[in-house]
Amino acid sequence: MKRATAIRLALIAAIVLALELLTRTGIIARFVAPPPSEMVAGLWRLLLSGRVQPAIAQTLGKIAIACASAIVVGSAVGVAVQRSRAVADAMAPFFTAYYAVPVYAFYPLMIAIFGVGEAPQVVIGFMLAVVAVVVNTINALDRIPRVLRKTAAVYGMSPLEAARRIYLPHAGPYLATGVKLAVSYSFIGVIGAEFIMSRVGIGHEIVFAYNNFENEIMYPLILFVLLVAGTVNGLFYAWEKRLLSRRSRS
Amino acid sequence: MNVAATDAAVHVGLRGVTRIFGTDPRTRVNALGPIDLDLRRGEFFAVVGPSGCGKSTLFDIVAGLSPATDGTATFEGRPLDGRTVPEGVGVVFQEDASFAWLTVADNVAFGIRRAGLGAAEVKRRVDDTLAFMGLRDFAAAYPAQLSGGMRQRVCIARTLVQRPRLILLDEPFGALDQQTRLIMGEELLKLWRETGATVLLITHALDEAAMLADRVGVMSARPGRIIDLVETPWGKDRDSRVVADPRFGEITARLWTRLRDESMSALSQKAG
Repeated sequence: MKRATAIRLALIAAIVLALELLTRTGIIARFVAPPPSEMVAGLWRLLLSGRVQPAIAQTLGKIAIACASAIVVGSAVGVAVQRSRAVADAMAPFFTAYYAVPVYAFYPLMIAIFGVGEAPQVVIGFMLAVVAVVVNTINALDRIPRVLRKTAAVYGMSPLEAARRIYLPHAGPYLATGVKLAVSYSFIGVIGAEFIMSRVGIGHEIVFAYNNFENEIMYPLILFVLLVAGTVNGLFYAWEKRLLSRRSRS
Repeated sequence: MNVAATDAAVHVGLRGVTRIFGTDPRTRVNALGPIDLDLRRGEFFAVVGPSGCGKSTLFDIVAGLSPATDGTATFEGRPLDGRTVPEGVGVVFQEDASFAWLTVADNVAFGIRRAGLGAAEVKRRVDDTLAFMGLRDFAAAYPAQLSGGMRQRVCIARTLVQRPRLILLDEPFGALDQQTRLIMGEELLKLWRETGATVLLITHALDEAAMLADRVGVMSARPGRIIDLVETPWGKDRDSRVVADPRFGEITARLWTRLRDESMSALSQKAG
C-alpha cells in the first residue's frame, strides 16, 4: 500500500473512531448524532427492510440522467466552442463566473418551465454538471499538440477518425477530470434539489426523517449518500490515475 | 538557381514552387520560392537555411501537407495536391509525436494496423522494426518512460514500419543533445542504407547536414530559395567519424559562408 493511501485510510479511521468515542461517551448527545457503528447497523437494517429502495432507485436514476446528459451535451458544446478561439475567449469569463451563481435560486423558474415532477431536479443536476464538462473538454482539446494534428493529417484521417484514434485518447485524462466532476455535481444537484421540493428520493427521505426526529433513518441515509458518492468518485479517480500513470515517468 | 537533375531517376520534383500565406497585400507573407529542385531516387538530401526561411514550409509541400501557391511539386511523377500525404511517404517531425497512451510496440504498429494488415504480418514487421531501431527491450514501455532520443526513435520506427520510399525528417534531432544527435545520425545513415529510401532532412545544424547528406541545399532568407548546392564526398558507408576528415571542415565552412549573409538578413527581417 502506498504511503499516501495509508495516510488517507488512517485519517478516515481516526475521524470515525473519534466520532464513535465522542458519541459513546456522551460528549456528543445521541439525539444530535448516533455512533458511526450504529449508523452502519441502521443502514443495513434499512436496506434489508426494503423501505428506501424506491427512493434510492429514483435518486440514482435522476443522477444518472443528469450526469449522462451533462457529459454528452457538455462534450459537444466543448468541442464546438473550442473550434473557434474567438468564441472560446468570449465564453471564458462566463464559465469562470458560472459556479458563483447559486443554481438553486432558479428552482422556482425550473418548476414553472418543467412542472413539479422530477424534471426540475434532473435539470439542476445537469446545470451544475454540464459546465464542468464543457470547461474540461475545452481544456483537453487545447492541450492537443499541433504535431499530433499534423500526424493525423499524415495518416490521412478524417476529423472524426482523428478525434477517435488520436485526439480523444490523448485528451483522455483531462476529459476524465470533467466526467469525475460531472458525477460529483450531479449528486450535489439532484440530492440538493430533492431537499428543497420532492416527494420521493434520498434527499426527500433525509429531510422527512430530519423533520420527524428520525435519526435512525436520517443518519444511515446520509451515510449511504457518502458511501455511494465516495465509491463512484473513487472509481473515477482510479480510472483517471490509471490514464495519467501512463503519461508520467516511473 | 536552377538545380534540376538531368537524369531520369527523379523521386521528388519541384518546379517554380512558391508559397504565399494570406491574400491581403498588406499582411500576406511570401514564405517560399520560387524553388526548382529534384531529389534523386535513393539519395540523402539535406536542406539548411536561416531561421524562418521557409524550410518547414518546403517540408510540408514535399510531404503533401500543404499546397504550393504556384508551381508544381511531384512525387514519383504524380503531383502533390497539398491535402494528402501520398502512399510511400513517411514523415518524422521535430516535436515528440509518439502516442502517450500506447506502448512502444502499439505506437509502431499504429499505421500498419490501421492499413488493415493481418495480425501475424503486423507482429513480424513490428518485431523487425523494433529490433532494427534498438527498441526491442522497450516494446511494452510507454513513451513517458523513455528519454527524448528514444521517443524520437519510436516515431522513426512508426514511420519506418510502413516501408516508405521517401522519408521526410523535419529537424528530428533538434531537441536532443549533441552526443545523442551524433548517435541518432549514425542510426539514420544505417536506416537509409538498409531501406534504400530517399531521405529529405531539414535541419539548422550545418555539421549534421555535412555529415549525413549526399547533397546539401542551402536556402536563402525568406522567401526561401535554393542559393547553393553542396555535394559531399563521403561514400555510402559513412558514419560520424567523417567529422575528423579535413574536408568536413571545408564543407561546413562553405555552408556557413553561404548562410552567414542570409542569417543576418533573416535577423533583420525579424527585427523589422
